[in-house]
Amino acid sequence: MGFVPEAWRTIVSALISVAFIPLVFATMFAIITIFERKGIGRIQNRYGPNRVGIPFTNIRLCGFGQFIPDGLKMLTKEDIVPRTADQVVHFLAPVVMLIPVLLAYAVLPFGRNMTAADFDAGVLFFFAVGGAVELSVFMAGWASHNKYSLLGAMRAIAQMISYEIPLILSAVTVIMIVGSLKTVDIVAAQNHYTCGIAHWYVFTPWGLAGFILFFIASLAESNRTPFDLPEAESEIIAGYFTEYSGFKFALFFLGEYLGMFAAIGLGITLFLGGWTAPFSFLTWVPSYLWFFAKLIALIFTFIWIRATLPRLRMDQLMNFAWKFMLPLSLVNIFTAGLWHFMGAGPTRWAVCSAVIFGSYAILGRGLMEKQNLGRRIYRYAD
Amino acid sequence: MSLPFVIIAIVTLLAGAAAMSLRNLVHCALSLVVSLAGLAALYLVLDAQFVGFAQILVYVGAVAILIVFAVLLTRSDATPNQTILSPGWGIGIVVSAVVFATLGWAALNSTGLPKEMPPAPETTVKNIGDLLMTQYVLPLEAIGLLLTAALIGAVIIAMRDDAAKTKMEDGRLKMEKPASPSSSGGHV
Repeated sequence: MGFVPEAWRTIVSALISVAFIPLVFATMFAIITIFERKGIGRIQNRYGPNRVGIPFTNIRLCGFGQFIPDGLKMLTKEDIVPRTADQVVHFLAPVVMLIPVLLAYAVLPFGRNMTAADFDAGVLFFFAVGGAVELSVFMAGWASHNKYSLLGAMRAIAQMISYEIPLILSAVTVIMIVGSLKTVDIVAAQNHYTCGIAHWYVFTPWGLAGFILFFIASLAESNRTPFDLPEAESEIIAGYFTEYSGFKFALFFLGEYLGMFAAIGLGITLFLGGWTAPFSFLTWVPSYLWFFAKLIALIFTFIWIRATLPRLRMDQLMNFAWKFMLPLSLVNIFTAGLWHFMGAGPTRWAVCSAVIFGSYAILGRGLMEKQNLGRRIYRYAD
Repeated sequence: MSLPFVIIAIVTLLAGAAAMSLRNLVHCALSLVVSLAGLAALYLVLDAQFVGFAQILVYVGAVAILIVFAVLLTRSDATPNQTILSPGWGIGIVVSAVVFATLGWAALNSTGLPKEMPPAPETTVKNIGDLLMTQYVLPLEAIGLLLTAALIGAVIIAMRDDAAKTKMEDGRLKMEKPASPSSSGGHV
Protein backbone atom coordinates (compact mmCIF):
# COMPACT_ATOMS: atom_id res chain seq x y z
CA MET A 1 0.00 0.00 0.00
CA GLY A 2 3.05 2.23 -0.08
CA PHE A 3 2.16 3.78 -3.44
CA VAL A 4 -1.14 5.20 -2.16
CA PRO A 5 -1.07 8.62 -0.44
CA GLU A 6 -1.39 8.49 3.34
CA ALA A 7 -4.82 10.13 3.49
CA TRP A 8 -6.39 7.70 1.01
CA ARG A 9 -5.20 4.49 2.61
CA THR A 10 -8.24 3.75 4.78
CA ILE A 11 -10.63 4.35 1.88
CA VAL A 12 -8.58 2.27 -0.55
CA SER A 13 -8.19 -0.63 1.88
CA ALA A 14 -11.93 -0.55 2.64
CA LEU A 15 -12.72 -0.51 -1.09
CA ILE A 16 -10.43 -3.47 -1.74
CA SER A 17 -11.93 -5.55 1.05
CA VAL A 18 -15.47 -4.69 -0.05
CA ALA A 19 -14.99 -5.06 -3.81
CA PHE A 20 -13.57 -8.54 -3.28
CA ILE A 21 -16.88 -9.87 -1.97
CA PRO A 22 -19.29 -9.17 -4.88
CA LEU A 23 -16.59 -9.86 -7.48
CA VAL A 24 -15.46 -13.24 -6.19
CA PHE A 25 -18.82 -14.55 -5.09
CA ALA A 26 -20.75 -13.39 -8.16
CA THR A 27 -18.16 -15.11 -10.37
CA MET A 28 -18.39 -18.18 -8.19
CA PHE A 29 -22.18 -18.08 -8.55
CA ALA A 30 -21.84 -18.07 -12.35
CA ILE A 31 -19.46 -21.02 -12.38
CA ILE A 32 -21.35 -23.00 -9.74
CA THR A 33 -24.57 -22.80 -11.81
CA ILE A 34 -22.73 -24.61 -14.62
CA PHE A 35 -21.36 -27.19 -12.22
CA GLU A 36 -24.83 -27.64 -10.80
CA ARG A 37 -26.46 -28.13 -14.19
CA LYS A 38 -23.74 -30.48 -15.40
CA GLY A 39 -23.58 -32.37 -12.11
CA ILE A 40 -27.32 -32.86 -11.84
CA GLY A 41 -27.35 -33.85 -15.50
CA ARG A 42 -24.75 -36.55 -14.91
CA ILE A 43 -26.49 -37.83 -11.76
CA GLN A 44 -29.79 -38.01 -13.66
CA ASN A 45 -28.16 -39.78 -16.60
CA ARG A 46 -28.20 -36.96 -19.16
CA TYR A 47 -25.57 -34.58 -20.51
CA GLY A 48 -26.33 -31.10 -19.24
CA PRO A 49 -24.86 -28.04 -20.99
CA ASN A 50 -21.82 -29.09 -23.05
CA ARG A 51 -21.77 -26.80 -26.12
CA VAL A 52 -20.84 -23.21 -25.35
CA GLY A 53 -17.15 -22.44 -24.98
CA ILE A 54 -15.14 -19.34 -25.84
CA PRO A 55 -17.08 -17.13 -28.30
CA PHE A 56 -15.87 -16.88 -31.93
CA THR A 57 -13.62 -19.91 -31.58
CA ASN A 58 -14.16 -23.63 -31.77
CA ILE A 59 -13.00 -24.21 -28.21
CA ARG A 60 -15.86 -25.77 -26.27
CA LEU A 61 -14.46 -26.00 -22.72
CA CYS A 62 -17.00 -28.79 -22.00
CA GLY A 63 -19.76 -26.18 -21.91
CA PHE A 64 -18.28 -24.04 -19.17
CA GLY A 65 -18.85 -20.89 -21.22
CA GLN A 66 -22.61 -21.34 -20.78
CA PHE A 67 -22.90 -18.75 -18.00
CA ILE A 68 -21.91 -15.88 -20.32
CA PRO A 69 -24.86 -16.23 -22.75
CA ASP A 70 -27.13 -17.03 -19.80
CA GLY A 71 -26.14 -13.80 -18.05
CA LEU A 72 -26.45 -11.75 -21.25
CA LYS A 73 -29.87 -13.27 -21.90
CA MET A 74 -31.01 -12.24 -18.41
CA LEU A 75 -29.69 -8.71 -18.91
CA THR A 76 -31.32 -8.16 -22.30
CA LYS A 77 -34.69 -9.77 -21.60
CA GLU A 78 -37.74 -7.55 -21.33
CA ASP A 79 -38.60 -6.56 -17.78
CA ILE A 80 -42.30 -7.37 -17.44
CA VAL A 81 -44.21 -5.95 -14.49
CA PRO A 82 -47.85 -7.04 -14.10
CA ARG A 83 -50.36 -4.19 -14.45
CA THR A 84 -51.98 -4.83 -11.07
CA ALA A 85 -48.65 -5.23 -9.30
CA ASP A 86 -47.57 -2.77 -6.65
CA GLN A 87 -44.89 -1.03 -8.74
CA VAL A 88 -42.64 0.32 -5.97
CA VAL A 89 -42.61 -2.76 -3.75
CA HIS A 90 -42.27 -5.03 -6.79
CA PHE A 91 -39.18 -3.07 -7.82
CA LEU A 92 -37.67 -2.94 -4.33
CA ALA A 93 -38.03 -6.64 -3.45
CA PRO A 94 -34.98 -7.99 -5.36
CA VAL A 95 -32.86 -5.13 -4.01
CA VAL A 96 -33.94 -5.85 -0.44
CA MET A 97 -33.08 -9.49 -1.09
CA LEU A 98 -29.55 -8.92 -2.40
CA ILE A 99 -28.26 -6.19 -0.05
CA PRO A 100 -28.56 -8.10 3.26
CA VAL A 101 -27.13 -11.21 1.64
CA LEU A 102 -24.05 -9.25 0.53
CA LEU A 103 -23.82 -7.61 3.96
CA ALA A 104 -23.69 -11.01 5.61
CA TYR A 105 -20.34 -11.68 3.92
CA ALA A 106 -18.80 -8.80 5.88
CA VAL A 107 -18.25 -10.92 8.98
CA LEU A 108 -17.00 -14.11 7.33
CA PRO A 109 -13.26 -14.71 7.77
CA PHE A 110 -12.12 -15.88 4.32
CA GLY A 111 -8.54 -16.30 5.42
CA ARG A 112 -5.98 -15.19 7.95
CA ASN A 113 -6.68 -11.45 8.57
CA MET A 114 -9.20 -11.49 5.73
CA THR A 115 -12.40 -10.31 7.39
CA ALA A 116 -14.09 -7.21 5.94
CA ALA A 117 -15.64 -6.14 9.25
CA ASP A 118 -14.68 -7.84 12.49
CA PHE A 119 -17.68 -6.91 14.64
CA ASP A 120 -17.81 -7.65 18.32
CA ALA A 121 -21.20 -9.29 17.70
CA GLY A 122 -20.35 -10.80 14.33
CA VAL A 123 -22.47 -13.95 14.44
CA LEU A 124 -25.44 -11.94 15.67
CA PHE A 125 -24.93 -9.54 12.75
CA PHE A 126 -25.01 -12.46 10.34
CA PHE A 127 -28.34 -13.73 11.64
CA ALA A 128 -29.76 -10.19 11.93
CA VAL A 129 -29.20 -9.30 8.27
CA GLY A 130 -30.48 -12.75 7.30
CA GLY A 131 -33.83 -11.74 8.78
CA ALA A 132 -34.31 -9.11 6.07
CA VAL A 133 -34.40 -11.84 3.41
CA GLU A 134 -37.76 -13.04 4.71
CA LEU A 135 -39.11 -9.54 4.34
CA SER A 136 -37.97 -9.32 0.73
CA VAL A 137 -39.63 -12.65 -0.03
CA PHE A 138 -42.85 -11.33 1.40
CA MET A 139 -42.50 -8.08 -0.57
CA ALA A 140 -41.99 -10.00 -3.81
CA GLY A 141 -44.91 -12.34 -3.19
CA TRP A 142 -47.34 -9.66 -2.08
CA ALA A 143 -46.43 -7.00 -4.64
CA SER A 144 -46.83 -9.39 -7.59
CA HIS A 145 -50.59 -9.55 -6.96
CA ASN A 146 -50.65 -13.18 -7.94
CA LYS A 147 -52.06 -16.08 -5.94
CA TYR A 148 -49.14 -18.37 -6.65
CA SER A 149 -46.65 -15.69 -5.67
CA LEU A 150 -48.39 -15.04 -2.37
CA LEU A 151 -48.69 -18.78 -1.67
CA GLY A 152 -45.00 -19.20 -2.39
CA ALA A 153 -44.13 -16.27 -0.14
CA MET A 154 -46.24 -17.68 2.69
CA ARG A 155 -44.60 -21.07 2.33
CA ALA A 156 -41.14 -19.50 2.18
CA ILE A 157 -41.67 -17.36 5.28
CA ALA A 158 -43.16 -20.23 7.29
CA GLN A 159 -40.22 -22.43 6.29
CA MET A 160 -37.54 -19.81 6.91
CA ILE A 161 -38.88 -18.85 10.34
CA SER A 162 -39.17 -22.50 11.36
CA TYR A 163 -35.67 -23.43 10.27
CA GLU A 164 -34.04 -20.25 11.53
CA ILE A 165 -34.57 -21.49 15.10
CA PRO A 166 -32.53 -24.72 14.81
CA LEU A 167 -30.01 -22.78 12.70
CA ILE A 168 -29.37 -20.23 15.45
CA LEU A 169 -29.63 -22.74 18.29
CA SER A 170 -27.06 -25.04 16.69
CA ALA A 171 -24.71 -22.05 16.31
CA VAL A 172 -25.23 -21.16 19.99
CA THR A 173 -23.21 -24.22 21.08
CA VAL A 174 -20.06 -22.90 19.40
CA ILE A 175 -20.60 -19.42 20.84
CA MET A 176 -20.95 -20.96 24.31
CA ILE A 177 -17.73 -22.93 24.02
CA VAL A 178 -15.67 -20.11 22.48
CA GLY A 179 -17.20 -17.44 24.70
CA SER A 180 -17.28 -14.87 21.91
CA LEU A 181 -19.54 -13.77 19.06
CA LYS A 182 -16.54 -12.64 17.01
CA THR A 183 -16.05 -14.82 13.95
CA VAL A 184 -12.28 -14.25 14.07
CA ASP A 185 -12.12 -15.52 17.66
CA ILE A 186 -14.21 -18.56 16.73
CA VAL A 187 -11.72 -19.53 14.02
CA ALA A 188 -8.75 -18.80 16.28
CA ALA A 189 -10.19 -21.09 18.95
CA GLN A 190 -10.15 -23.99 16.45
CA ASN A 191 -6.63 -23.29 15.23
CA HIS A 192 -4.83 -25.85 17.44
CA TYR A 193 -3.48 -29.25 16.60
CA THR A 194 -3.07 -32.47 18.62
CA CYS A 195 -1.15 -35.29 16.95
CA GLY A 196 -1.33 -33.25 13.75
CA ILE A 197 -5.16 -33.17 13.62
CA ALA A 198 -6.98 -29.87 13.92
CA HIS A 199 -9.33 -29.03 16.80
CA TRP A 200 -12.34 -28.36 14.61
CA TYR A 201 -15.60 -28.42 16.50
CA VAL A 202 -17.05 -30.93 14.07
CA PHE A 203 -14.72 -33.49 15.67
CA THR A 204 -16.57 -33.31 19.01
CA PRO A 205 -19.93 -35.03 19.74
CA TRP A 206 -21.86 -31.77 20.16
CA GLY A 207 -20.02 -30.23 17.22
CA LEU A 208 -20.90 -33.08 14.90
CA ALA A 209 -24.56 -32.97 15.92
CA GLY A 210 -24.51 -29.16 15.68
CA PHE A 211 -22.92 -29.24 12.24
CA ILE A 212 -25.47 -31.71 10.89
CA LEU A 213 -28.34 -29.64 12.32
CA PHE A 214 -26.80 -26.46 10.93
CA PHE A 215 -26.30 -28.08 7.54
CA ILE A 216 -29.92 -29.25 7.28
CA ALA A 217 -31.24 -25.91 8.52
CA SER A 218 -29.11 -23.94 6.06
CA LEU A 219 -30.31 -26.24 3.28
CA ALA A 220 -33.86 -25.28 4.25
CA GLU A 221 -32.98 -21.59 4.66
CA SER A 222 -31.65 -21.45 1.11
CA ASN A 223 -34.87 -23.06 -0.24
CA ARG A 224 -33.17 -25.95 -1.99
CA THR A 225 -34.38 -29.47 -2.58
CA PRO A 226 -35.61 -31.32 -0.51
CA PHE A 227 -36.89 -28.09 1.06
CA ASP A 228 -37.82 -26.25 -2.15
CA LEU A 229 -41.53 -25.98 -1.42
CA PRO A 230 -41.55 -22.17 -1.79
CA GLU A 231 -40.63 -22.55 -5.45
CA ALA A 232 -42.11 -25.96 -6.18
CA GLU A 233 -42.53 -25.60 -9.93
CA SER A 234 -45.04 -28.41 -10.27
CA GLU A 235 -47.36 -26.84 -7.69
CA ILE A 236 -47.00 -23.06 -7.66
CA ILE A 237 -45.01 -22.21 -10.83
CA ALA A 238 -41.99 -20.47 -9.29
CA GLY A 239 -43.36 -19.31 -5.96
CA TYR A 240 -42.68 -15.77 -4.90
CA PHE A 241 -40.75 -14.77 -8.03
CA THR A 242 -43.30 -16.06 -10.54
CA GLU A 243 -43.97 -12.51 -11.78
CA TYR A 244 -40.33 -11.52 -12.14
CA SER A 245 -38.48 -11.54 -15.41
CA GLY A 246 -35.24 -10.32 -16.90
CA PHE A 247 -32.63 -8.95 -14.58
CA LYS A 248 -34.89 -8.81 -11.52
CA PHE A 249 -35.29 -12.57 -11.79
CA ALA A 250 -31.52 -12.85 -12.11
CA LEU A 251 -31.14 -10.80 -8.94
CA PHE A 252 -33.38 -13.23 -7.03
CA PHE A 253 -31.43 -16.13 -8.44
CA LEU A 254 -28.15 -14.47 -7.44
CA GLY A 255 -29.48 -13.56 -4.00
CA GLU A 256 -30.57 -17.12 -3.35
CA TYR A 257 -27.21 -18.60 -4.32
CA LEU A 258 -25.20 -15.95 -2.46
CA GLY A 259 -27.36 -16.61 0.59
CA MET A 260 -26.56 -20.29 0.32
CA PHE A 261 -22.81 -19.59 0.01
CA ALA A 262 -22.95 -17.27 3.03
CA ALA A 263 -24.79 -19.83 5.16
CA ILE A 264 -22.23 -22.49 4.20
CA GLY A 265 -19.44 -20.01 4.95
CA LEU A 266 -20.78 -19.45 8.44
CA GLY A 267 -21.09 -23.21 8.92
CA ILE A 268 -17.43 -23.57 7.94
CA THR A 269 -16.43 -20.78 10.31
CA LEU A 270 -18.37 -22.26 13.22
CA PHE A 271 -17.75 -25.99 12.86
CA LEU A 272 -15.12 -26.70 10.19
CA GLY A 273 -12.38 -24.45 11.49
CA GLY A 274 -12.81 -21.58 9.03
CA TRP A 275 -9.59 -21.07 7.13
CA THR A 276 -7.49 -23.49 9.21
CA ALA A 277 -5.88 -26.56 7.68
CA PRO A 278 -7.12 -30.02 8.71
CA PHE A 279 -3.60 -31.34 9.45
CA SER A 280 -0.68 -29.47 10.94
CA PHE A 281 1.68 -30.47 8.10
CA LEU A 282 -0.61 -28.72 5.62
CA THR A 283 -0.52 -25.28 7.26
CA TRP A 284 1.77 -23.94 4.52
CA VAL A 285 -1.17 -23.89 2.07
CA PRO A 286 -2.60 -20.34 1.98
CA SER A 287 -5.49 -19.96 4.41
CA TYR A 288 -8.02 -18.62 1.89
CA LEU A 289 -7.50 -21.73 -0.28
CA TRP A 290 -8.66 -23.87 2.64
CA PHE A 291 -11.74 -21.74 3.13
CA PHE A 292 -12.72 -21.91 -0.53
CA ALA A 293 -11.92 -25.65 -0.76
CA LYS A 294 -14.29 -26.31 2.14
CA LEU A 295 -16.88 -23.97 0.63
CA ILE A 296 -16.80 -25.69 -2.75
CA ALA A 297 -16.89 -29.15 -1.17
CA LEU A 298 -20.01 -28.25 0.79
CA ILE A 299 -21.65 -26.59 -2.24
CA PHE A 300 -21.12 -29.79 -4.21
CA THR A 301 -22.73 -31.70 -1.34
CA PHE A 302 -25.74 -29.38 -1.69
CA ILE A 303 -25.86 -30.07 -5.43
CA TRP A 304 -25.61 -33.81 -4.79
CA ILE A 305 -28.50 -33.64 -2.31
CA ARG A 306 -30.55 -31.58 -4.76
CA ALA A 307 -30.08 -34.16 -7.49
CA THR A 308 -30.86 -37.09 -5.19
CA LEU A 309 -33.69 -36.32 -2.79
CA PRO A 310 -37.36 -35.70 -3.64
CA ARG A 311 -39.31 -32.76 -2.26
CA LEU A 312 -40.88 -32.98 1.20
CA ARG A 313 -44.54 -32.35 1.95
CA MET A 314 -45.46 -29.21 3.91
CA ASP A 315 -46.52 -31.09 7.07
CA GLN A 316 -43.38 -33.24 6.94
CA LEU A 317 -41.31 -30.07 6.64
CA MET A 318 -42.92 -28.43 9.67
CA ASN A 319 -42.92 -31.60 11.78
CA PHE A 320 -39.25 -32.14 11.03
CA ALA A 321 -38.33 -28.61 12.11
CA TRP A 322 -40.43 -28.32 15.25
CA LYS A 323 -40.63 -31.89 16.55
CA PHE A 324 -37.21 -33.20 15.62
CA MET A 325 -34.62 -30.48 14.97
CA LEU A 326 -35.71 -28.06 17.68
CA PRO A 327 -35.58 -30.59 20.57
CA LEU A 328 -32.31 -32.02 19.27
CA SER A 329 -30.69 -28.60 19.07
CA LEU A 330 -31.84 -27.84 22.64
CA VAL A 331 -30.34 -31.16 23.81
CA ASN A 332 -27.20 -30.19 21.91
CA ILE A 333 -26.89 -26.91 23.82
CA PHE A 334 -27.18 -28.88 27.08
CA THR A 335 -24.51 -31.28 25.84
CA ALA A 336 -22.16 -28.43 24.98
CA GLY A 337 -22.57 -27.18 28.55
CA LEU A 338 -21.75 -30.66 29.90
CA TRP A 339 -18.70 -30.79 27.60
CA HIS A 340 -17.47 -27.46 28.94
CA PHE A 341 -17.82 -28.33 32.62
CA MET A 342 -16.70 -31.98 32.62
CA GLY A 343 -13.07 -31.25 31.87
CA ALA A 344 -10.83 -33.03 29.38
CA GLY A 345 -10.77 -36.81 29.29
CA PRO A 346 -12.51 -39.80 27.75
CA THR A 347 -15.47 -39.64 30.17
CA ARG A 348 -16.88 -36.49 28.61
CA TRP A 349 -16.61 -38.05 25.17
CA ALA A 350 -18.61 -41.06 26.35
CA VAL A 351 -21.22 -39.06 28.29
CA CYS A 352 -21.79 -36.41 25.61
CA SER A 353 -22.01 -38.98 22.80
CA ALA A 354 -24.43 -41.05 24.87
CA VAL A 355 -26.67 -38.04 25.54
CA ILE A 356 -26.78 -37.01 21.88
CA PHE A 357 -27.24 -40.45 20.35
CA GLY A 358 -29.71 -41.47 23.08
CA SER A 359 -31.92 -38.45 22.50
CA TYR A 360 -31.60 -38.88 18.73
CA ALA A 361 -32.69 -42.52 18.96
CA ILE A 362 -35.55 -41.85 21.39
CA LEU A 363 -36.82 -38.88 19.38
CA GLY A 364 -36.56 -40.67 16.06
CA ARG A 365 -38.24 -43.86 17.32
CA GLY A 366 -40.99 -41.91 19.08
CA LEU A 367 -41.83 -39.85 16.02
CA MET A 368 -41.71 -42.86 13.70
CA GLU A 369 -44.05 -44.90 15.91
CA LYS A 370 -46.70 -42.20 15.76
CA GLN A 371 -46.65 -42.28 11.98
CA ASN A 372 -47.83 -45.95 11.81
CA LEU A 373 -45.68 -46.50 8.78
CA GLY A 374 -45.27 -50.27 9.03
CA ARG A 375 -42.42 -52.15 7.48
CA ARG A 376 -40.66 -50.72 4.48
CA ILE A 377 -41.18 -52.86 1.39
CA TYR A 378 -38.74 -52.84 -1.49
CA ARG A 379 -40.00 -53.68 -4.97
CA TYR A 380 -37.45 -54.39 -7.65
CA ALA A 381 -38.02 -54.42 -11.38
CA ASP A 382 -37.38 -57.90 -12.73
CA MET B 1 -24.91 16.23 16.03
CA SER B 2 -23.02 14.37 13.36
CA LEU B 3 -24.06 14.04 9.72
CA PRO B 4 -24.90 10.30 9.90
CA PHE B 5 -27.13 10.97 12.88
CA VAL B 6 -29.03 13.68 11.00
CA ILE B 7 -29.52 11.54 7.89
CA ILE B 8 -30.67 8.49 9.85
CA ALA B 9 -32.96 10.59 12.04
CA ILE B 10 -34.63 12.19 9.01
CA VAL B 11 -35.12 8.79 7.33
CA THR B 12 -36.53 7.31 10.53
CA LEU B 13 -38.95 10.18 11.10
CA LEU B 14 -40.12 10.24 7.48
CA ALA B 15 -40.69 6.48 7.52
CA GLY B 16 -42.60 6.82 10.79
CA ALA B 17 -44.78 9.55 9.28
CA ALA B 18 -45.37 7.39 6.21
CA ALA B 19 -46.37 4.47 8.44
CA MET B 20 -49.09 6.66 9.92
CA SER B 21 -50.37 8.30 6.78
CA LEU B 22 -50.21 5.79 3.90
CA ARG B 23 -53.50 4.29 2.76
CA ASN B 24 -52.43 0.74 2.04
CA LEU B 25 -51.86 -1.17 5.28
CA VAL B 26 -49.03 -3.30 3.89
CA HIS B 27 -47.25 -0.11 2.77
CA CYS B 28 -47.68 1.20 6.32
CA ALA B 29 -46.16 -1.98 7.72
CA LEU B 30 -43.20 -1.76 5.32
CA SER B 31 -42.52 1.87 6.22
CA LEU B 32 -42.69 0.89 9.86
CA VAL B 33 -39.94 -1.62 9.08
CA VAL B 34 -37.81 1.19 7.58
CA SER B 35 -38.41 3.24 10.70
CA LEU B 36 -37.38 0.34 12.97
CA ALA B 37 -34.27 -0.30 10.88
CA GLY B 38 -33.46 3.41 11.22
CA LEU B 39 -33.65 3.04 15.00
CA ALA B 40 -31.23 0.12 14.76
CA ALA B 41 -28.88 2.33 12.72
CA LEU B 42 -29.11 5.01 15.43
CA TYR B 43 -28.06 2.42 18.02
CA LEU B 44 -25.12 1.52 15.80
CA VAL B 45 -24.14 5.20 15.50
CA LEU B 46 -24.10 5.27 19.31
CA ASP B 47 -21.67 2.28 19.25
CA ALA B 48 -24.23 -0.09 20.76
CA GLN B 49 -23.65 -3.03 18.44
CA PHE B 50 -25.48 -5.68 20.38
CA VAL B 51 -28.65 -3.61 20.81
CA GLY B 52 -28.56 -2.54 17.17
CA PHE B 53 -28.22 -6.05 15.79
CA ALA B 54 -30.78 -7.41 18.25
CA GLN B 55 -33.16 -4.65 17.12
CA ILE B 56 -32.76 -5.75 13.49
CA LEU B 57 -33.08 -9.44 14.36
CA VAL B 58 -36.19 -8.99 16.49
CA TYR B 59 -38.04 -6.13 14.81
CA VAL B 60 -37.08 -6.40 11.13
CA GLY B 61 -36.77 -10.17 11.12
CA ALA B 62 -39.64 -11.25 13.35
CA VAL B 63 -42.03 -8.49 14.42
CA ALA B 64 -42.34 -7.04 10.91
CA ILE B 65 -43.25 -10.45 9.51
CA LEU B 66 -45.77 -10.90 12.31
CA ILE B 67 -47.39 -7.52 11.56
CA VAL B 68 -47.53 -8.25 7.84
CA PHE B 69 -49.07 -11.67 8.44
CA ALA B 70 -51.62 -10.17 10.80
CA VAL B 71 -52.56 -7.57 8.17
CA LEU B 72 -52.87 -10.19 5.44
CA LEU B 73 -54.86 -12.69 7.50
CA THR B 74 -57.32 -10.25 9.06
CA ARG B 75 -58.31 -7.87 6.26
CA SER B 76 -58.87 -7.86 2.56
CA ASP B 77 -56.31 -5.73 0.76
CA ALA B 78 -58.88 -3.21 -0.44
CA THR B 79 -57.69 0.26 0.52
CA PRO B 80 -60.10 2.42 2.54
CA ASN B 81 -61.86 5.21 0.67
CA GLN B 82 -62.44 7.62 3.53
CA THR B 83 -59.74 10.07 4.59
CA ILE B 84 -57.09 8.82 6.96
CA LEU B 85 -56.97 11.94 9.10
CA SER B 86 -59.72 12.24 11.66
CA PRO B 87 -61.65 15.56 11.70
CA GLY B 88 -59.96 16.88 14.85
CA TRP B 89 -56.38 16.50 13.65
CA GLY B 90 -55.51 20.18 14.11
CA ILE B 91 -56.48 20.14 17.79
CA GLY B 92 -54.63 16.85 18.17
CA ILE B 93 -51.40 18.39 16.90
CA VAL B 94 -51.76 21.37 19.27
CA VAL B 95 -52.43 19.14 22.27
CA SER B 96 -49.52 16.80 21.51
CA ALA B 97 -47.16 19.75 20.92
CA VAL B 98 -48.16 21.28 24.28
CA VAL B 99 -47.69 17.94 26.06
CA PHE B 100 -44.30 17.41 24.42
CA ALA B 101 -43.16 20.95 25.29
CA THR B 102 -44.23 20.53 28.92
CA LEU B 103 -42.53 17.18 29.29
CA GLY B 104 -39.39 18.42 27.55
CA TRP B 105 -39.26 21.52 29.73
CA ALA B 106 -39.73 19.44 32.86
CA ALA B 107 -37.05 16.98 31.82
CA LEU B 108 -34.53 19.67 30.91
CA ASN B 109 -35.06 21.57 34.19
CA SER B 110 -35.19 18.59 36.53
CA THR B 111 -32.38 18.22 39.04
CA GLY B 112 -32.49 14.43 38.93
CA LEU B 113 -30.66 14.21 35.62
CA PRO B 114 -26.90 14.59 35.61
CA LYS B 115 -25.88 17.65 33.63
CA GLU B 116 -22.50 16.25 32.67
CA MET B 117 -22.36 13.30 30.32
CA PRO B 118 -20.93 10.34 32.22
CA PRO B 119 -18.05 8.63 30.43
CA ALA B 120 -19.41 5.96 28.12
CA PRO B 121 -18.90 2.52 29.67
CA GLU B 122 -17.12 -0.05 27.58
CA THR B 123 -19.93 -2.23 26.34
CA THR B 124 -18.97 -5.48 24.75
CA VAL B 125 -21.28 -8.41 24.20
CA LYS B 126 -19.37 -10.20 26.93
CA ASN B 127 -20.12 -7.46 29.48
CA ILE B 128 -23.80 -7.47 28.57
CA GLY B 129 -23.89 -11.25 28.92
CA ASP B 130 -22.16 -11.13 32.30
CA LEU B 131 -24.58 -8.51 33.61
CA LEU B 132 -27.60 -10.40 32.28
CA MET B 133 -26.45 -13.57 34.00
CA THR B 134 -25.48 -11.96 37.35
CA GLN B 135 -27.03 -8.62 38.25
CA TYR B 136 -30.12 -8.76 36.06
CA VAL B 137 -30.78 -12.49 36.16
CA LEU B 138 -34.14 -12.09 37.91
CA PRO B 139 -35.69 -9.76 35.29
CA LEU B 140 -34.32 -12.06 32.59
CA GLU B 141 -35.97 -15.09 34.20
CA ALA B 142 -39.21 -13.17 34.65
CA ILE B 143 -39.26 -12.20 30.95
CA GLY B 144 -38.48 -15.79 30.00
CA LEU B 145 -41.37 -17.05 32.13
CA LEU B 146 -43.73 -14.45 30.67
CA LEU B 147 -42.79 -15.31 27.09
CA THR B 148 -43.14 -19.05 27.75
CA ALA B 149 -46.58 -18.46 29.25
CA ALA B 150 -47.58 -16.39 26.22
CA LEU B 151 -46.28 -19.10 23.88
CA ILE B 152 -48.21 -21.85 25.66
CA GLY B 153 -51.31 -19.66 25.68
CA ALA B 154 -51.02 -19.09 21.95
CA VAL B 155 -50.64 -22.82 21.32
CA ILE B 156 -53.67 -23.61 23.47
CA ILE B 157 -55.83 -21.04 21.66
CA ALA B 158 -54.74 -22.35 18.29
CA MET B 159 -55.31 -25.99 19.33
CA ARG B 160 -58.86 -25.48 20.55
CA ASP B 161 -59.79 -23.66 17.37
CA ASP B 162 -58.31 -26.39 15.23
CA ALA B 163 -60.07 -29.24 17.07
CA ALA B 164 -63.44 -27.51 16.84
CA LYS B 165 -63.00 -26.84 13.15
CA THR B 166 -62.05 -30.42 12.26
CA LYS B 167 -65.02 -31.68 14.25
CA MET B 168 -67.25 -29.33 12.32
CA GLU B 169 -65.77 -30.40 9.00
CA ASP B 170 -66.18 -34.07 9.89
CA GLY B 171 -69.82 -33.44 10.69
CA ARG B 172 -70.34 -31.64 7.42
CA LEU B 173 -68.66 -34.43 5.50
CA LYS B 174 -70.88 -37.05 7.14
CA MET B 175 -73.96 -35.00 6.37
CA GLU B 176 -72.98 -34.38 2.79
CA LYS B 177 -71.93 -37.89 1.87
CA PRO B 178 -75.31 -39.62 1.73
CA ALA B 179 -77.03 -36.56 0.32
CA SER B 180 -74.99 -36.18 -2.83
CA PRO B 181 -73.59 -39.47 -4.09
CA SER B 182 -73.06 -38.08 -7.56
CA SER B 183 -70.34 -35.62 -6.46
CA SER B 184 -68.00 -38.26 -5.06
CA GLY B 185 -64.38 -37.19 -4.88
CA GLY B 186 -65.25 -33.58 -5.57
CA HIS B 187 -65.12 -32.57 -1.95
CA VAL B 188 -61.91 -30.85 -0.95
